[in-house]
Amino acid sequence: MSGVCLTLKDVHISLHGKALLQVNTRIEPGATLTVMGPSGIGKSSLLAYVAGFLASDFSASGEIFLGERCLNSLPAEQRGIGLLFQDPLLFPQLSVAQNLLFAVPRHVSHRQQQVDQALEAVGLKGFGDRDPATLSGGQKARVALQRLLLSQPKAVLLDEPFSRLDAHLRQDIRQHVFQTLRDAALPTILVTHDVDDAAASGGSVIELS
Amino acid sequence: MLRAAPWLMIALLTLPVLAGLSAILLPAFGYLPALQHNGFGLMVWRELLETPGIGRSAGLSLSAALLTPLLSLMLVMLFLASTSGTRWASAMRRLVAPLLAVPHAAAAFGLAFLIAPSGFLLRLISPELSGWQRPPDLLILNDPLGLTMMLGLVLKEIPFLLLMALAALPQLNADQRVNMARSLGYRPILAWLWTVAPALYPLLRLPLFAVIAFASATVDVALILGPTLPPTLSVRIIGWFSDPDLNQRLLASAAALLQLMITLSAIGVWIAAEKIVARLYRALLLSGHRRHGHALLNVLGKSLMVITLGTLLISLLLLVIHAFAGPWRFPDNLPAAWTLQHWQSVGPLLLAPLGNTLLLGLVSTAVAVLLVVAVLEHESRQGRKPAQILWAIYIPLLVPQVAFLYGLTLLLEQLRWQPGLLMVGFAHSLFVVPYVYLSLAEPYRRLDPRWQQLAATLGASPNRTWWHIKLPLLLAPLATAFAVGVAVSIGQYLATLLTGAGRVSTLTTEAVALASGGTRGTIAVWALLQAAVPMLGFAMAIMLPRLWWRKRRDMTGQLT
Amino acid sequence: MKQAVKFLCAGWHHRLRLLASILLLAINAGNTLEAQTPDPADWASVVAEARDQPLFFYAWGGDQLTNDYLAWVGQRIAAEYGIRMTHVRLSDTADAVSRILAEKQAGNSDNGAVDMLWLNGENFASLKTNDLLFGPWAEQLPNFARVNADANPDVRFDFTLPVEGYESPWLRAHLVFYYDSAYISEPPANVAALLNWAQEHPGEFTYPRPPDFLGATFLKQALLELVADSVPLYLPVQEASFATITAPLWHYLDALHPLLLRQGRSFPANGPELRRLMADGEIALAMSFNPTEAVNSVLRNELPDSVRTHLPDGGTLANVSFVAIPYNASHKAAAMVTANFLMSVEAQLRAQDPQYLGGTPVIDLSVLSAAEQAQFADSRQSHPSAPPLMSEGQQLQEPHPSWMEALERAWIARYGSR
Repeated sequence: MSGVCLTLKDVHISLHGKALLQVNTRIEPGATLTVMGPSGIGKSSLLAYVAGFLASDFSASGEIFLGERCLNSLPAEQRGIGLLFQDPLLFPQLSVAQNLLFAVPRHVSHRQQQVDQALEAVGLKGFGDRDPATLSGGQKARVALQRLLLSQPKAVLLDEPFSRLDAHLRQDIRQHVFQTLRDAALPTILVTHDVDDAAASGGSVIELS
Repeated sequence: MLRAAPWLMIALLTLPVLAGLSAILLPAFGYLPALQHNGFGLMVWRELLETPGIGRSAGLSLSAALLTPLLSLMLVMLFLASTSGTRWASAMRRLVAPLLAVPHAAAAFGLAFLIAPSGFLLRLISPELSGWQRPPDLLILNDPLGLTMMLGLVLKEIPFLLLMALAALPQLNADQRVNMARSLGYRPILAWLWTVAPALYPLLRLPLFAVIAFASATVDVALILGPTLPPTLSVRIIGWFSDPDLNQRLLASAAALLQLMITLSAIGVWIAAEKIVARLYRALLLSGHRRHGHALLNVLGKSLMVITLGTLLISLLLLVIHAFAGPWRFPDNLPAAWTLQHWQSVGPLLLAPLGNTLLLGLVSTAVAVLLVVAVLEHESRQGRKPAQILWAIYIPLLVPQVAFLYGLTLLLEQLRWQPGLLMVGFAHSLFVVPYVYLSLAEPYRRLDPRWQQLAATLGASPNRTWWHIKLPLLLAPLATAFAVGVAVSIGQYLATLLTGAGRVSTLTTEAVALASGGTRGTIAVWALLQAAVPMLGFAMAIMLPRLWWRKRRDMTGQLT
Repeated sequence: MKQAVKFLCAGWHHRLRLLASILLLAINAGNTLEAQTPDPADWASVVAEARDQPLFFYAWGGDQLTNDYLAWVGQRIAAEYGIRMTHVRLSDTADAVSRILAEKQAGNSDNGAVDMLWLNGENFASLKTNDLLFGPWAEQLPNFARVNADANPDVRFDFTLPVEGYESPWLRAHLVFYYDSAYISEPPANVAALLNWAQEHPGEFTYPRPPDFLGATFLKQALLELVADSVPLYLPVQEASFATITAPLWHYLDALHPLLLRQGRSFPANGPELRRLMADGEIALAMSFNPTEAVNSVLRNELPDSVRTHLPDGGTLANVSFVAIPYNASHKAAAMVTANFLMSVEAQLRAQDPQYLGGTPVIDLSVLSAAEQAQFADSRQSHPSAPPLMSEGQQLQEPHPSWMEALERAWIARYGSR
């Protein structure tokens, strides 16, 4: 699997005329850029801008490239950028397998098989028919990551994905996520205020203030 | 397509009202060429003002417009204050939703069965306590001051305001405010009244204005419980409109305009009173009362609400009893025998009105839900705040029905549009859409935007996201909104009567038509059916999402 | 979920086709309305034209018995003639009159909403003087012969106005009083004597508030009894003499009202509400324009069996109920067939049966066959609550319709806004 770079070119974001942040960077496949800073500084708005759903209160400029492709004019669903939130956000009305199936693009062959393999890969074989509400926190986090991967993103955004996990789980899941993303050669932006997250990602860090 | 939805909705709801109002404007000043009235002047107004008892009729409408919301608001606030943070609130919420579904007419009939001189209350104390072997000659129903009518209105408006308040409260952090004030030494009820009530009131203003407009111009409740010598202005307008002497239509037009002015001035008086009350309230709040009257308020708040809702429940129960009652002479507490006779006699007449009621309710609500969802989905995709212009959709609730519906009917007649289901359905949607919007907008806007964003990052288009993610997540509030819409449609009396030219019969028109003519048994059957259909709708709205999602734990906790 | 969506989509084309065909049907139905005016002389073609026609029959709907009876009529003409009748239940017949007038003002002369209406007196007068009735047609109906109009000339007049074939009779009625013998032993001999009676029995009587038909009838009955000379009442009202002629009536009512139920501060809306007050024991004396109302109600357990019917000595107002067809009715053939059915032996027998309507037939029993006469005799059961038979001399003729309206207006001005 050979990845592409994620490039943020002169990205400025401001809220009601007040400048929040500016970023100019390039993230290699499999590398992680960590954005740190206190809350309210606009970390999440950077992710929203890259993903394609920045609220209309904000104004932003700057171009986003995946490889050679400029994403600015594309709607969120066509950008090929995956996102992990603080919560796993498994769709409560769908079973575990349906959650995964929802993410598999239509053109992919053997979609059900892909789902089964994805579950097996994280040790959740046979959990497909379960109600997501019955999974443990760690299981949910793993399903959420598998769902993200099944959607075949070209880059990934992480919005404090480990902050809601119990301390004993956090270490494991963190390792698992970063390892997986590296293996998949996906450029990643991590937003966090946990220095351990930054350290575990092993990439460069931007400190906002 | 979606982009047009907000404008379509606003046009649908405001243009008919404006058209209806403008259709009465010229006739009110003597200009109605179809009847060879080409003059222009104040003759009609002079005639209106010289009509015997017109001042009395107008006064009744104005006093009902002010007293009904005032009493309802005070009761609701007192109740909420005295039960804040207790289990009462959630219990009430569960009780109130189905009560809200009961149409005004059905509640009015039940109340009449309860408090008439030959009604259930006096039967209970007769002859043992009162010594009455025959009903006392008391003027209770149709009393000249309209007190019974206002009581009927208050009974129905309290569940409405209570539900609106309970829906608004979560955004106010009531418990936090109360605890803060309690830590300053205020007793809980006063703490609530001083810190939560002033924040809650602005959220209840619009519903209160709707109550004012409804109470000032009600026709069905006035026909059942209201004064007769003279009746309220709205009832007289309907009378003049259907007078064989078509010249009375000039009078009806002027009176409809007068009705509009009464409603608007009632709202004006209310707004003026708000300012005064706010100042007094502030003074009282700052006076530092911490305990004074706490016990009294506590007892009043709970007992008055129990009495009100109890009255409503007993009224409904009386509908059930009367629907199966055989001979039931005064002062017997219960019927001497039970019978299915009333159902048998209503049975053959039931099919058409029931069919019309369901068809109108389902179709007008389906259209309303589609429209409202389109508006809200458009708003959600644009990522914008709700547009200011959307307040316009409440216009049909704030303009007295009798004023613009009457004009609209005149207009439709001039256009030679055949009265029928289509016209009635259209008229119903004028009232169904605002209520569907009222009940759906909040849950729709509150839905976590991350679901939509997440689906997008997984590559799902907005349409796919809507069908697979948002629709299922919003199933419960959608079902509730649907039930609200159907209930609103079923309750429509005037809209059905006027735009259907009497040809479109529904459970409501049948029940009200029998108000003075039917036996108690048949009235009870119609009123019961009228109440049962919307209640069934609410039951289904609560049960179906739970059944549907019984295997999904996180989907069943939503109580809407 | 997905299946549900697919199902909806699959059914969609089918549904659309269905909708389109319904719309086409509606348009076609609209076109056939232009058919030529039916001629009752060619009865077979009227019946043929009526088949499959809808019929919007506008009739007062405040009485359950009448509603039930008309529902039965609807079933029978559907079975027999394929007519789909809708009884549009009016709270006041004037509503239908104003509808027809409004349609005329709007230039709607061939596609009216009202196909047939039940009326008499003032509404007939206002429709006929405004040329809003179709006709003449009634005397050509096959069943009209049964009415034997030559022997019963009163069916040719409606409140003194000549009918001239513009409306078809279907029932007879006259005013009676009924009282609860459990509470009072002797009802007043007539309306004039009612005042003295009420002084002894305060709060035991009331009457429906005009412009209700029964209430207005009470005013006319009282006026007829109170005036010395009734001749002017059979001529149109003269504004100049109205006050003088009616003075005794107002004098009488001023004295009577404080003695009524609720001291005359509130009146029942109509006859059925009056009956309900009787059933509840609120009053002991009431009246009805259906002589067998007391019997019907006792049989249906709506009134106690101690109720008796009373016919005042001097007689009471009597009249005939008619149905008429507006000039712009959309379905005239169906209306004629139905009007004809209302005069059939079957319909009249059912109307007379106290189990159903308990009315007085409008057809002349003497022209019927012996077997048919026996049927009518059988269904007229004797009942303790039944009215005494009315003799010819006890039938008071209705005054000119203008009196009804003038009296209603005067009453409302005088008592309507206290």
